[in-house]
Amino acid sequence: MRQLTSESPTIDAEDKLARMSIEQQIGRAVQPAADAIRNPPEEAVFRLHDVGVWYGNKHAISEITLDIPLKRVTALIGPSGCGKSTLLRCLNRMNDLIPGARIEGSVEYHGANIYDRTVDPVEVRRRIGMVFQKPNPFPKSIYDNVAFGARVNGIKGNMDDIVERSLRQAAIWEEVKNDLKKSGLALSGGQQQRLCIARALAVQPDVILMDEPCSALDPIATLKIEDLIRELTREYTIVIVTHNMQQAARVSDYTAFMLAAEHGVNGQLVEYGATTEIFTQPRDKRTEDYITGRFG
Amino acid sequence: MTRAVFERQLAEVQEDMLVMASMVEGAVNQSMEALRLRDVAQARRIIENDVNINKRRFDCEDKCIELISLQAPLASDLRTLISVLHITTDLERMGDHAEGIARIALMLADEPPLKPVPDLSRMAALAVEMLHGAVEAYKERDTQRAREIVLKDDIVDELYEQIYHELIMTMVSDPATIQRGTYLIWVAHNLERIADRATNICERVVYLVEGRVYDLNVSKY
Amino acid sequence: MATESISLRAGGAVERRQLLSRVSRYVFLLATLIGISVLAFLAYDTISSGASRLSLRFLDNYPSRFAEKAGLRPAIWGTIWVLGVTIFCSIPVAIGTAIWIEEFAPKNRLLTIVKINLNNLAGVPSIIYGILGLTIFVRFYGMDRSILAAGFTLALMIIPMTVIAAQEAIRQVPPSLRDGALALGATKWQAVRHNVLPNAIPGIMTGIILSISRAAGETAAIIMIGGFTFIRFDPGAAIPGELFTPGGFWDGLNESFTIIPIQIYAWTIDSRREFQANASAGIVVLMAGVLTLNLIAAVIRERFRRY
Repeated sequence: MRQLTSESPTIDAEDKLARMSIEQQIGRAVQPAADAIRNPPEEAVFRLHDVGVWYGNKHAISEITLDIPLKRVTALIGPSGCGKSTLLRCLNRMNDLIPGARIEGSVEYHGANIYDRTVDPVEVRRRIGMVFQKPNPFPKSIYDNVAFGARVNGIKGNMDDIVERSLRQAAIWEEVKNDLKKSGLALSGGQQQRLCIARALAVQPDVILMDEPCSALDPIATLKIEDLIRELTREYTIVIVTHNMQQAARVSDYTAFMLAAEHGVNGQLVEYGATTEIFTQPRDKRTEDYITGRFG
Repeated sequence: MTRAVFERQLAEVQEDMLVMASMVEGAVNQSMEALRLRDVAQARRIIENDVNINKRRFDCEDKCIELISLQAPLASDLRTLISVLHITTDLERMGDHAEGIARIALMLADEPPLKPVPDLSRMAALAVEMLHGAVEAYKERDTQRAREIVLKDDIVDELYEQIYHELIMTMVSDPATIQRGTYLIWVAHNLERIADRATNICERVVYLVEGRVYDLNVSKY
Repeated sequence: MATESISLRAGGAVERRQLLSRVSRYVFLLATLIGISVLAFLAYDTISSGASRLSLRFLDNYPSRFAEKAGLRPAIWGTIWVLGVTIFCSIPVAIGTAIWIEEFAPKNRLLTIVKINLNNLAGVPSIIYGILGLTIFVRFYGMDRSILAAGFTLALMIIPMTVIAAQEAIRQVPPSLRDGALALGATKWQAVRHNVLPNAIPGIMTGIILSISRAAGETAAIIMIGGFTFIRFDPGAAIPGELFTPGGFWDGLNESFTIIPIQIYAWTIDSRREFQANASAGIVVLMAGVLTLNLIAAVIRERFRRY
């Protein structure tokens, strides 16, 4: 912390910091805190154990162990290149699509290891949906966009009802109900993203993964989606990657902070716990430095 | 180091608070001195100066609110600003108590001193020591020292009890001393409040470092 | 206090740069005009020299010793039949290959070898394909000088370039569309069928039309296969009326034939001057055919570009 004197009111902050020694950082140890990883008490949807990912020769993330709680919002934060998107993609086997990607450790979803030989990735992805950073509606009508997932998965039922219900859940029904034949690409950015959420919901998943869903959107659209996320936790489990700390603080129940040794290499889990704790009293100094913006 | 501007602003607002603390410390010492020496001019100066102390508090508060709204402080930064907000409030109240003592000094200036003289000086010295110690503990982020200072409040409370009873005895035995006695009881009360406020500051120091608010001092009243 | 107003007119270095930019604009315009004027001149020349022969009769007549009576009828039929076989054989193979390479194949050494080979094959001169076709289809498989042999040969020739064009078109589809479909639980095939292909169709169509245009004008290879220069019957219609029976169809495919480019060639080398006009008219007809194909492709492209 900063050493203060009351003699001279105009003191150079940098000078003070330079004179500060490690011992004066009262109450903080430099080694990682023993209870930096605090798993939530709620029932776990995902149990990760020593998860690591290799892209060819590059060890992107390693030794990630944590539990993701049911029907809560869990946020993954960290500087760019720390591996949070990589970790997210492990949860629905989207890393399989990257040539040269290898995974180690185990990812258990409701007790079943999703990387087991007998597991079909298509089954996994049906239950664990994903929304991407840049809204990617298909070049089809709004109706066909939402119905797509239901159709390819052979979900039976009145398609009109399914589409309406999904669009309502995604808080976009009122805005589009009069023209469902309009192209999905003709909507604004925020609307497109909500359409992508509706599309994911139509498949009736259990979990929704979101990879920086608001980073391409304006502030109002962002807030609408954050409200939507909180609404959705009534029925779904949500894991969200975000580089916006304020967003993680606003929207999530639990937050995991990751850090890489160098850009894109050896991403590790530094701290994990309730969001209020992470943002008011982080246990690990690295978390504190990142959150207060004092990196480097 | 990133956020250098914010760092500097954070340091400045804490500097302002420390300046305010030394102003308050001075006010307590000077008001006790004015009481003892019957220095009317000094007492008046202290009463006028209280406006400055109050202004300082509002300035600090404004700066804190500005930093909170514009800089989105988190973790220890946030706790620092919250602490400054609380401590300046305590300091301002302490300043008011010092001003109260100065007013009583004005009122007692023409009166002959009371016999026996109650040991207000010792109480004042302790209170000032606690205030000073609390501020030092804040500067050093020393929770150990903060906890020790809180223990001293018991001594202050005991002294207050003692002085109170002494004065009651004096007033009962000689009704002519009732007015002066009552005023002196008020002085003791002010000093006891100052000591109590100092323990609040110590609690804030612990909050700042450890992140939790503990009730370190259960007041008797 | 008087202040000088700023002059924003181009001066010095900016003026020189702007000059260069303006000059380059006219240079490129000139290049375009050269190309267009040459084409325009060629078109004018061809049309004017062939104008005398252009009529519906021309399309209906058989070749003849008399230039005024010589027509394109067998050549047109031959071209239609040969191109028909070519399209039928090459398009599915080419598109399938492109899909395999881009979507399903494991990314290993073998794939790299296949891709390199395809690129090389696209650059092989067409006469080589003619020789290949002659050896394999005409002689080895005993198809003799038939429409079938010609169609297979042309198919072989245009498959590499069609695959490359289709590959490009598939690669142009943004990965986000593919990922989006897969993330919803679609299988690989479903993602390809519903998301990748519809968006790649415009590009694939362009590639197909370019390849067919190439095949339509191919002369050297077909000469190797043995397209005739003087036929007085309709290729592919061995027994009129039995065309749409399996037997009649097969016989048709096995017939000898001629195609428009060969007919044009024959008229061009004819020592009798009058046949030059026929040649020009033939070129006009061939061009018209290719343009029509392009138009069809453009329409198909637009239909798939709705969104």
